[in-house]
Amino acid sequence: MISKRIVLHFPHRLVDQPIICKLVKDYDLQFNILKAYVTPQEEGLMVLELSGEDAKFNKGIEYLQSKGVKIQPLSQDVIRNEAKCTDCGVCVPICPTGALAIDPLTRKVHFYDNKCIACELCVKICPPRAMEVRF
Amino acid sequence: MRTIKEINARIKKGVAVVVTAEEIIDLVQKKGVKKAAQEVDVVTTGTFGPMCSSGAYFNIGHSRPRIKIGGGTCRLNDVPVYTGFAAVDIYLGATAIPDDDPRNKVFPGEFKYGGAHVIQEIVAGKDIRLEATAYGTDCYPRKKLETLVNIKDLNEAVLFNIRNCYQNYNVAVNLSDKIIYTYMGALKPKLGNANYCSAGQLSPLLKDPYYKTIGIGTKIFLGGGIGYVAWQGTQHNPTVKRKDNGIPQAPAGTLAVIGDLKQMRQEFLVGTSMLGYGVTLTVGIGVPIPVLDEEILKYAAAKDEEIYAQVVDYSQAYPQMVPGSLTEVNYAQLKSGKIKVEGKEIPTGNLSSYSKAREIAEELKSWIKKGDFLLTESQAALPGAESGYTFKLLKERPIV
Repeated sequence: MISKRIVLHFPHRLVDQPIICKLVKDYDLQFNILKAYVTPQEEGLMVLELSGEDAKFNKGIEYLQSKGVKIQPLSQDVIRNEAKCTDCGVCVPICPTGALAIDPLTRKVHFYDNKCIACELCVKICPPRAMEVRF
Repeated sequence: MRTIKEINARIKKGVAVVVTAEEIIDLVQKKGVKKAAQEVDVVTTGTFGPMCSSGAYFNIGHSRPRIKIGGGTCRLNDVPVYTGFAAVDIYLGATAIPDDDPRNKVFPGEFKYGGAHVIQEIVAGKDIRLEATAYGTDCYPRKKLETLVNIKDLNEAVLFNIRNCYQNYNVAVNLSDKIIYTYMGALKPKLGNANYCSAGQLSPLLKDPYYKTIGIGTKIFLGGGIGYVAWQGTQHNPTVKRKDNGIPQAPAGTLAVIGDLKQMRQEFLVGTSMLGYGVTLTVGIGVPIPVLDEEILKYAAAKDEEIYAQVVDYSQAYPQMVPGSLTEVNYAQLKSGKIKVEGKEIPTGNLSSYSKAREIAEELKSWIKKGDFLLTESQAALPGAESGYTFKLLKERPIV
């Protein structure tokens, strides 16, 4: 079993096509949509948690790529500007997945980007604006 | 037991025993108050949190020909500054924002840039755009000035904060069914989170609850440089309820502080944006507490478990000035990451950075140990718990 959080960039010509349901039907994959939108340039962006058997997962990814979908691991999406972070901890209770957590000993805030689902709740509430979105 | 003069003599000799407000807790637990008080000369404290009543004044020097900005207008990087002083003296407030900022028109506003950010950039040594207009006089004929300014060229650059270093603060929650955006951060509906703002056992005024050593003239760590307590801060309220250990259970004393911005460092003066609320400056302050007797040391050794704060609803009670609180919790509970309010366990977040507070207390300790920082005798006491000095609400009267 593989389970990964990935960011899909759909080019304009694919925005109106049923791509994700193919992953379910033909590759037996499960998905959870964390975020989806179409940009003003009519490109689609979708953040998925995708899981399934290893071989099928890889085939599914190959299918997406053959269609022209660009795939990024999610951890590249929300990043922390370490120079700006003051380790206050306002973000900690706002983060729904525990990707931002305070170390009980050092009292520094850790950012576990593998837990981040790119909901971006932290981005606007961070007082020194240390959390940034990068696609 | 010992005087500040004696402590300073020991600092100069390099033999003073200096510990942080965290270290003294362990030391007292191990050795007891009496022994610890005999051994320790100074306890250092620290705090690093948003302090809206911050600002800085500058004397920019006279231009050729001269301009009288006093009574005119002036902006630094588009942020308006106060000009009601003499010709080239201006005051920049931390919460000031550019005229064209959308504010909260598209709610919640982001407030990405304001006075606090300008202060941080000035301290960082960046060039700042100054634009001023004046009405022109015989002695100050110039009507317009546009120039870059840099902190190293200004005559005076002084941080002057009229209310900082709050002695304890509320824990903010939201009882309503929609998210609210406050100066205590974003509060999720139905007790979704609880935000607090204090360094607790490291916080200066919590370690000297009756202001026995901290007073007017006390030399402090301010924004990475040296500053002084100038006065009691605005809204100073020493008469609130206290626990048996003397520690206020609600927002109480405050400090007005002043210091040379030219010595300060941008990592201790951080421009801060509160979504839907505004801009503020996060300030690092450290205060040394001289261990003059056992009683002072006993107070300085108070720990998180013994310091209580009030949990206040910021959806109704706070804005509508409804007195009272939902419950009280101590800082050990707050720092555990969860507190219980009305039977519900809710996650906590801190606006004030405990790790930075620790860094400040450590840095102040190292200054004192190296002999770079001598203690001052306070010149006058702050109004204390028995003074009757209280925080009054506005008495609104209709204008007829």
